[in-house]
Amino acid sequence: MKSVEAARLTDLGEVKGFMDRALERSTADQTEVMVSEWDSALTRYANNGIHQNVAERNVSVRVRVVKDERTGVASLNQMSDAALTDVLQRALAIARLQPPGEVVPLPGPAPAPQVPAWSDATAASTPEERADFVRAVCVAAERSNLKAFGAFSTGSAQLAIANSLGVYQHHRSTQATVNSVVMGEAGSGYGDRAAVDVRDIDKDDLAREVIEKARRNQDAQPVEPGVYEVVLEEYAVSEMLEFMSFMGFSALAAQEERSFMRLGERITGEAISIWDDGLDPSGVPAPFDFEGVPKQRVDLITRGVATGLVYDQQTARKAGRASTGHGLPAPNAEGPFAVNLFMAAGTVPKEELIAGIRRGIWVTRFWYVRIVHPKASIITGMTREGTFLIEDGKITRPVKDLRFTQSILEALSGTLALSRTTKLEASEYFGATRVPAVHLKAFTFTS
Amino acid sequence: MKDIADAALNAAQVKGAGYADVRISQRVQQDLVVKNGQLAAVSDDASQGFGVRVLVDGAWGFAGSARLDREEVEEVVNRAVRIARASARVQSQRVDLGPPVNSRGRYTTPIQRDPFAVPLSEKVELLLRADAAMGAVKGVTVREGSMEFIRDSKLFASTEGAFTEQDLYESGAGIEATATNPDDVQNRSYPNSFGRHQGAGGYEYIEGLELDRHAGRIAEESVALLSAAQCPSGVKTLILDASQVALQVHESCGHPTELDRVFGTEAAYAGTSFMTPEKLNKLRYGSPAVTITADAMTPTGLGTFGWDDEGVPAQRSHLVKDGLFVGYLTSRETARVLGQESNGTMRADGWNRIPLIRMTNVSLQPGSATLEEMISEVKDGVYMETNRSWSIDDRRLNFQFGTQLAYEIVDGRRGRILKNATYAGITPEFWNSCDAVAGKDEWRVWGLANCGKGQPPQVAHVAHGAAPARFRNVKVGILK
Repeated sequence: MKSVEAARLTDLGEVKGFMDRALERSTADQTEVMVSEWDSALTRYANNGIHQNVAERNVSVRVRVVKDERTGVASLNQMSDAALTDVLQRALAIARLQPPGEVVPLPGPAPAPQVPAWSDATAASTPEERADFVRAVCVAAERSNLKAFGAFSTGSAQLAIANSLGVYQHHRSTQATVNSVVMGEAGSGYGDRAAVDVRDIDKDDLAREVIEKARRNQDAQPVEPGVYEVVLEEYAVSEMLEFMSFMGFSALAAQEERSFMRLGERITGEAISIWDDGLDPSGVPAPFDFEGVPKQRVDLITRGVATGLVYDQQTARKAGRASTGHGLPAPNAEGPFAVNLFMAAGTVPKEELIAGIRRGIWVTRFWYVRIVHPKASIITGMTREGTFLIEDGKITRPVKDLRFTQSILEALSGTLALSRTTKLEASEYFGATRVPAVHLKAFTFTS
Repeated sequence: MKDIADAALNAAQVKGAGYADVRISQRVQQDLVVKNGQLAAVSDDASQGFGVRVLVDGAWGFAGSARLDREEVEEVVNRAVRIARASARVQSQRVDLGPPVNSRGRYTTPIQRDPFAVPLSEKVELLLRADAAMGAVKGVTVREGSMEFIRDSKLFASTEGAFTEQDLYESGAGIEATATNPDDVQNRSYPNSFGRHQGAGGYEYIEGLELDRHAGRIAEESVALLSAAQCPSGVKTLILDASQVALQVHESCGHPTELDRVFGTEAAYAGTSFMTPEKLNKLRYGSPAVTITADAMTPTGLGTFGWDDEGVPAQRSHLVKDGLFVGYLTSRETARVLGQESNGTMRADGWNRIPLIRMTNVSLQPGSATLEEMISEVKDGVYMETNRSWSIDDRRLNFQFGTQLAYEIVDGRRGRILKNATYAGITPEFWNSCDAVAGKDEWRVWGLANCGKGQPPQVAHVAHGAAPARFRNVKVGILK
């Protein structure tokens, strides 16, 4: 039975042949073909039982053509020759029907290094294995008179890009992610894990963390809103970093004068260094972007100073420099995007971050974060599933979830310590962050 | 396609499914973006495939594939059945769907101009005209306009005998002007934020928006906001424009009345709900001015269809009646738990996703006031318009919203323009403070094409009828 569930991705030679035929058949001045294929499954559980359990096999064939200073893009989720003819014709038709305009240049060939991101074990994961994993978490919760909720997914994917200037890139990857909320009568806890190899996720370790958090987070009492010293766990730091990327790390945001980044100036505390690196295997590596440009490491904030931005072909041309390999699929009016983010670790064991705090708040994770003011890096959101009062260097009791409204740069300017370990957090859509927990001097809770 | 559907249902029954349904869909989508006087993006996307949902031993399994052939049908059904058997190993209770559903028929969104037959040049010219009008205003740094058109052709069939076919059309467009200085960025959009205003309809929906007529105004407002006063902090009377009321309904009534959330099936992701079953017909959700309905037959609503993705016919029901919480959005499975029948709100984001309970057209019913009357009765307040930020807790109680534009209200008149306006509250307290809702003339259906829920993530297109409304004693100006 196992063979039925093994990932069914199209053979690499077949993908290459398909893309070659697309480039040969195209009558455009320039042509780009992107094939993205995935085979994934997700087991969802609630109230200590599986309630949704799904699998999907899909592909996207995306063609960009440039003809007579006009660009057209079309896509289809089929890999047949008939589909290829259809998608080429539609892309050319779109190009023909529009006025000549600014053309985003296609990149020329440049080799991207191979980075390991594949696990046969993840690709061959079965529904029975996912069910057994979920059962272990649910049984552990039930033993503690708690209820478990969450999702466990495994999947494999490949991305290939070729263009008529000679670019050809291909990358295969797998990913396993699990998240869990465990609830009691009067409170809950949260935990998640992500890995390229499903065998690196320890179900007992996850169950221990989330059950312990849920047990401690019962009967929370309100605490007065205000400015508190805080410890943010990696879950919260990861979300904060993703919002920094949305708001400010893109060259387009800077070119449109809406980014908080002021290159060369100190914008956070000296302990903060943030970079993007698609080649680091401790993240979720991706060696090239959606334009086929090899990824470069970009130092975004170095010891508190804004030092870099990420570029795609369009923003790079405007800036008179090369793309850093952070382009999104064409057509893209949103600009480049940093999706392989890292924050430098500190030197303090995570559990000792609270040591010097007289009165503060411990935050497990954020929820429903939204941008309030991008240039001032102000976000709002709620805490969720594990908010605790810290008194005299110890966690003393759970507190009701709080709303915060806070400038990220201001918060990071008051960085007092970072944990010496970091945690990988997979993004909901693509990419990931690897971050430490942080101890901040001031964080504003508004209700 | 009928042969594929029949083959899938037969195979599922042979392999032991007690119930099975299959959805086959072909979806085409065209997107255009004009930015700073240039056509920045045009794309033409298509997706087709099928998904099979089975119940085996009272447990769910689902699999889908983009390959529409007999061999793949067999493989996908095998996969769905195997997944269902794995689900049965860790099951808290057997699924009960209640009475069978055997709807049959065809539904097509009423359209006057097929958006896919309208020349690309006509669409681009309209966006460029609006862009030029925004560009004529000094101080605007970024202008953007977009359009989106969707045709989703869906077939649904089940082992209970349901067989429905639908062709659903959507058309949407919007424009936005951004003004910046070294310390600030302010934007204004029309008709709504979130990129576009979208509705179920043809190109006539776009023509009715008159994008070019409003372009200059929003551009001027974006520039004026840079030098506007900060929204003051305090507890004041708040008047919201209809689009912001629509979002408030979405977040604080639509989501918490989704019965799957109430039962915990979204607990690890989208969250749960404070509107639990023991509060049904007891909770004073809002003031008597507040009546909220779910209606899948509202003209131009993105939640308008013939049948939901379980084959249940489109219908109308009350969620809140004269302020009292009276109903949920339900599916066959969740309604059964309350001894009810589904009110038809299950929708999937494509062939490759299972249906979830999603809002249809969840609307605040119009009152009898007018916006100007409401303003004239306020001594000290703030009027806010067009959403800029939105956040609410996982039980849908504690919210904070920000808007692009605001005006102070002093002694019954609009005063200064205000920027960075925010307001916050607790859902039942907020709706109970509602003392006026504008009437039918100012009531409009607002489409939201970005409603997220589920794992794997799904995006639903939903709508909300709303009119301007007034709320007393609201905390405003949270931003320092």
